[in-house]
Amino acid sequence: MEQERNIIDMTGISKTFNGVKALDNVHLSLKKGSIHALMGENGAGKSTLIRVLTGAYPFESGRILVDGQDVVNTSPEMAQKNGISTVYQEVNLCPNLSVAENLFIGREPRKWGMIDWKTMNRNADKILEDLDIHLDVTIPLESYSVAIQQMVAIARAVGFQSKVLILDEPTSSLDEEEVQKLFGLMRQVQAKGVGIIFVTHFLEQVYEVCDTISVLRNGTMVGTYPVEELPRMQLIAKMMGKDLDDLEEIRSDVSFQIEKSGTPLLEAKQVSRLPVVKPYSLELHKKEVVGVAGLLGSGRSELVRLLYGADMADKESQIRFQGQEVKLKHPYDAMKCGLAFCPENRKAEGIFPDLTVRENLNIAFQTRQGIFKLIPKKDQERFTDEYISILHIKTQDRETLIRNLSGGNQQKVIIGRWLLTHPELLILDEPTRGIDVGTKVEIQKLIVKLAQEGMGVFFISSEIDEMVRTCSRMIIMRDGQKVGELTQREELNQEAVMKAIAGGEGEC
Amino acid sequence: MRKKKKERNVNTLFLMITVFLFVLLYIVGMVKFGNRGFAKLQVFLNLFNNNAALILIAIGETMVIITGGIDISVGTTLGWTCMIVAYSIEFKGMPVWQAFLLALVTGLVFGIVKGYCVAYLRIQPFIVTLAGQFFAAGAAAMIYQQMVSVTDELFVKLANWKWTFPFFGTTNKRGIVTYPSISGSALIALAAVVIFYLIMKYSKFGRNLYAVGGNETSAMLMGLNVRRTKFMAYVITSVLAAIGGIAFVLNTSGASLGQGEGREMNAITAAVLGGTLMTGGVGNVFGTLVGTMVIALIESLISFQGTLSSWWGKIVIASLMCVFIVLQSLLSAKSQKKKGDTSHV
Repeated sequence: MEQERNIIDMTGISKTFNGVKALDNVHLSLKKGSIHALMGENGAGKSTLIRVLTGAYPFESGRILVDGQDVVNTSPEMAQKNGISTVYQEVNLCPNLSVAENLFIGREPRKWGMIDWKTMNRNADKILEDLDIHLDVTIPLESYSVAIQQMVAIARAVGFQSKVLILDEPTSSLDEEEVQKLFGLMRQVQAKGVGIIFVTHFLEQVYEVCDTISVLRNGTMVGTYPVEELPRMQLIAKMMGKDLDDLEEIRSDVSFQIEKSGTPLLEAKQVSRLPVVKPYSLELHKKEVVGVAGLLGSGRSELVRLLYGADMADKESQIRFQGQEVKLKHPYDAMKCGLAFCPENRKAEGIFPDLTVRENLNIAFQTRQGIFKLIPKKDQERFTDEYISILHIKTQDRETLIRNLSGGNQQKVIIGRWLLTHPELLILDEPTRGIDVGTKVEIQKLIVKLAQEGMGVFFISSEIDEMVRTCSRMIIMRDGQKVGELTQREELNQEAVMKAIAGGEGEC
Repeated sequence: MRKKKKERNVNTLFLMITVFLFVLLYIVGMVKFGNRGFAKLQVFLNLFNNNAALILIAIGETMVIITGGIDISVGTTLGWTCMIVAYSIEFKGMPVWQAFLLALVTGLVFGIVKGYCVAYLRIQPFIVTLAGQFFAAGAAAMIYQQMVSVTDELFVKLANWKWTFPFFGTTNKRGIVTYPSISGSALIALAAVVIFYLIMKYSKFGRNLYAVGGNETSAMLMGLNVRRTKFMAYVITSVLAAIGGIAFVLNTSGASLGQGEGREMNAITAAVLGGTLMTGGVGNVFGTLVGTMVIALIESLISFQGTLSSWWGKIVIASLMCVFIVLQSLLSAKSQKKKGDTSHV
């Protein structure tokens, strides 16, 4: 029963950060030739567990057995020597070096003390051929797409004779076809007897490739299950620690009393930024949640950026806000009108990683006040505490650097930042991306609540069911143009939206 | 297959431009000053003879830039070691070899300090080497503030030693045949180019330099010793600056205050002209040699011209540097875009 042997046994792992238990007596076993999903909400301890395993973090108690041998990894290099390789979401290879070098650096074949490039290239070719990847190994890695680079990273791990391969959210930036290729590669690696730990947020993917699922919640291991024995709904329930009725609840108790009469909150006429956004007109009333659906690159994010003045709209564009014509040249103009915008890319455009939660939260309000009217620290602290409790932000205290928060909590801080400015219109671009199910539900509920209280909301998400649940109306975009609109809440369902997005697919 | 060839050439594009530039300038020189002896092989060799020190510090600069750092202290380090050699031979009566050794040890120790600060204390290389620049300039002035001419017999012999070609002789008006020659310091510099080309292409340390410059985190996660690699790069650069100092003394038979100042900029320019990317990870010392030659040629052309101020050389070199830096950023923007396109294919 070679197949059944455990290559990794982690027992009783505990790890504390600043007095907070990040991992509490966690057990994890990985079988040879198994693809093992590690699931959990953000902040559940997945990353911490992975880092403990790869030696990036020290841990207080517990044992790690690799192939039955006690090991203590003090660094990723050491973990690699012990047969544990990791491939991260951001490819961790050197883009300037050739493919072959990336596969071999650190253990280059040598001849007379010098690196033997010929042998290296030949061996690299062989490793890749074995895995059915066809590349020119002599050109720089950066000439290839992210998906290919990720495959090279996996090939490197395989070439290192790794026993364990950890894939930390490798699929986040890949499209469907690339994901399939990656899965093919994972299965090949699996067939070689390597154990794979697969960390992902995508449920579909788990059910497609994994055979075992381990669920973490709040730093404890909820359990490990064969994939057949854990249907989706149960998996989600286990991750969240509660039943999923919450999700349904939103749908049923939502009712929008939209005042269609009177001046709309926002009226845009012929707004465009050619060629990405073609001339476009729309209205948005108070208490309305308008979803903008479309594929990536359809112009949905670009459209809302125009409405916020983050990008300059073309000259012909007209935007009226509460009946007043406005020219938005800069986000500050939009802020003064009462607009707020949570951008798509939280890390690059949202947070100031080295500022505290308090500073991140107050910064938009401060900007609106003008820099000479400093908000007293007392007020800042009061606002911060208020929003920490309203939004259930999990943070050690208000002076914690925001970079130390999990993604979902960072997102809540950003939303809090804008709520503090008491906007009339809130634009949320992918507020739920990369965050856990529980927080997603909270954010969706919040959106509905805000709308009921009189705010207008633009909501963009890649997850259609999310928009279907929360929006009162949806606009469908394709190739920078509005191709459809679903105005009746009754006709909002996933199928209808997908159909509208796919639209003229028949022609192609 | 053809497309792949093209991809690879992007990195050598700058080098090709520079080689082309060199050839072009050389032809211009031939046409304009051919009758004044520009065509002589000796003029070409003098490019090396007069710039041995620059070649040496540019090699080090290239290594440091490839790791993603910068060293702006090489110029004054050169001046400092120059002064050490000249002063200790001339006024302290130190034997020539000992003086050379003293210069090398100074460079080594100085490099260890700088390397330690950059690699292990993680201080910005610009700040560390800025401090190093001032320190070396000050240290040189503390030794002696006037011009020193070295008159030691052995030293003069070494300084005048050159390898004379037994061929390509030219006959002057009086019928005396002179053969072209290359100085000892130039030979050392050229040997260093070859040695460091090989090190950077075929040794583990050399490849680690590129890996660190490409992506430091990745290099660390791939099990490379990032800190030691960076440390070594600064140490070697500093030692090369000391060797450059020795070459400089040999070339000018003396030292004076403020001698090396500004030379680090020439070294950086040489590296950039030779195809080294300021962002790190790309470049090689052969390209740097060509870059140095372009700078040398521009200066040579201006001195042949005779009436132009030698400061024009600086203006031309600075403009070239600007053009190349802009090209670098345009090119990297373009390749970024291209990558975005292909990811959907």
